[in-house]
Amino acid sequence: MSADLAKEARTDLAARAAVRHLLARVGRYVFLCLVLAFFALPLLWLATAPFDDTPTIGTSLPRFTLDNFRTLLDNPYALTSLVNSVWLAGGTAVLVVVFAALAAYALSRVRVPGRDALLYGLLLLSSIVTGTATMVPLFELAFRLNLIDSRLGVILVLTGGLLPAAIFILKDFMDATPTSYEESARVFGASALQIMRHIVVPVVRPGLATVGVWAVANVWGNFLVPFLLLRGPDKAPAAVIMYTLYTEGGQADLRLLSTFSLLYSLPVALMFVFVSSRYGFRFHGGIKR
Amino acid sequence: MVRVTSRPDETVGGARPATGASPAPDAAGLGRARAAGFLVPSMVLILLFLVVPAAWTIYLGVTNYRLTGLAAAHPEVVGLDNYTKALTDERFRTSLLLTLQFVLGSAVLGQAGLGFAIAFALRDRRGPLRRVVEAFILLSWILPSSVVAFLWIALLDRDAGTLNALLGTPGMAWLLDHPMLSIIVFNTWRGTAFSMMLYAAALENVPRSHLETARLAGASTWQQLRDVVFPRIRGHVLTNLLLISLWTFNDFTPFLITAGGPEQRSEILAVYVYKVALSGGELGFGAAISFIMLLINLVIALIYLRMLGRRERA
Repeated sequence: MSADLAKEARTDLAARAAVRHLLARVGRYVFLCLVLAFFALPLLWLATAPFDDTPTIGTSLPRFTLDNFRTLLDNPYALTSLVNSVWLAGGTAVLVVVFAALAAYALSRVRVPGRDALLYGLLLLSSIVTGTATMVPLFELAFRLNLIDSRLGVILVLTGGLLPAAIFILKDFMDATPTSYEESARVFGASALQIMRHIVVPVVRPGLATVGVWAVANVWGNFLVPFLLLRGPDKAPAAVIMYTLYTEGGQADLRLLSTFSLLYSLPVALMFVFVSSRYGFRFHGGIKR
Repeated sequence: MVRVTSRPDETVGGARPATGASPAPDAAGLGRARAAGFLVPSMVLILLFLVVPAAWTIYLGVTNYRLTGLAAAHPEVVGLDNYTKALTDERFRTSLLLTLQFVLGSAVLGQAGLGFAIAFALRDRRGPLRRVVEAFILLSWILPSSVVAFLWIALLDRDAGTLNALLGTPGMAWLLDHPMLSIIVFNTWRGTAFSMMLYAAALENVPRSHLETARLAGASTWQQLRDVVFPRIRGHVLTNLLLISLWTFNDFTPFLITAGGPEQRSEILAVYVYKVALSGGELGFGAAISFIMLLINLVIALIYLRMLGRRERA
């Protein structure tokens, strides 16, 4: 009798657990679909409007055309601004990779006095001093150094901002590299610079690539620094031109705006696809504990 | 760690200070002098474009320096006037309050909350749904800020925006009637990817058998989270909250959407400084507010470093 009761209770419990399990599954599915809708909705316009022969501000199925891309050629600043972005991103990335690699190698291999204090100081500095909080003195500084309306000025300011984090990332890479190759090369009489060029650089190349991609992506999207430091539209990068396209001069030209947005977004999207297919785009286990 | 774009003028503050023992010293025979030489270019740029501006902010903040006019040629030291002016200024206090709303709403509740929920919902899923969801979330994170700003202006457009068409609320002027809500939801959308990835990595550290045991013992999802998951990822949560708070606090992107308006109702500190100093020309006053921002950043960063240090010692 009591055994029957216990059995009944157990099946009842199991049934309830099964129902709960099912509800949880359905709930999770619904949640994920809502998340997908929330994140995809704003992006749809970027996929439809450039190919619509009468683009509107709303998202709709396009009547397909490629004519809109002709507006890019008609606008005097559209394509040059992309070239400007390439210059800024490329210049900054080269400076960041080269300088950070040199500094990270020295900090990793040589006991520079006060190294730990320096690293802590850099970490602190890089996280508290941001472009937004120092825009006034940055503007002043650029003005005094004659770097207003100069691409070099933008590159130097951006490089200074990215270097501390780049040094951190690269020092981690260098620390993880065994020194035995360098030691044996030295035994065979290679100079320090030869060792750098032929051994260290090839070994830490993934780290250099990571920092390079990271720097390019940062500069490519950066709006504030060029917006502050560059004056005319002829030197402005795509980030700034994009902003002027929808804020200045009355009715925005949606053909131009949509195709330009797409073209400007494409490089970072491709970089993302490349990085995620090559290295997997996620943080791994132990990071940031 | 690859942190692609989004908040570009900020740097990754989260890299661990790798101050532990390094490999065998100086394997390549670099020597101290050359090592110092290797450090020079980086240190010069960091000094010039990070340290000097930070120090200069302090100096400018006690002057009446202006972009144009008499005070531009001969700035005078006015002591703490700028600070007393700021602290008694209604517009500054409102801006500080809006920034607080922005950080709590979009970073702590929005990005961290949603990011964790998504990571938890996806934790043992493989296959196309996970890949598609992750791809869209990451895309919203990596696209240039001036592009996503326009995408949101288009989405929220009063007359022909997609949102009004979907909700059946034609003529609803989201950016004019609810500017703060708009930029909070926008920033949640923009930055959730970072939290999601961080929590996804953290959840891999939670042994699946523990969750299974808890589930078989009849623990509800909430109980599982509280008793099994959170104790194990507390460090990640901390890191995540402090980093995204710092980034959100300094975010300038809302300027691209609402420019602080209408009537300064979405004027967070970053936008306020820009308007006061560079549009309004009051460089000295702007610098004083910048310095207050730097102090707040410093407090957040110090809390972070302290807790990080405590964890490493533990």
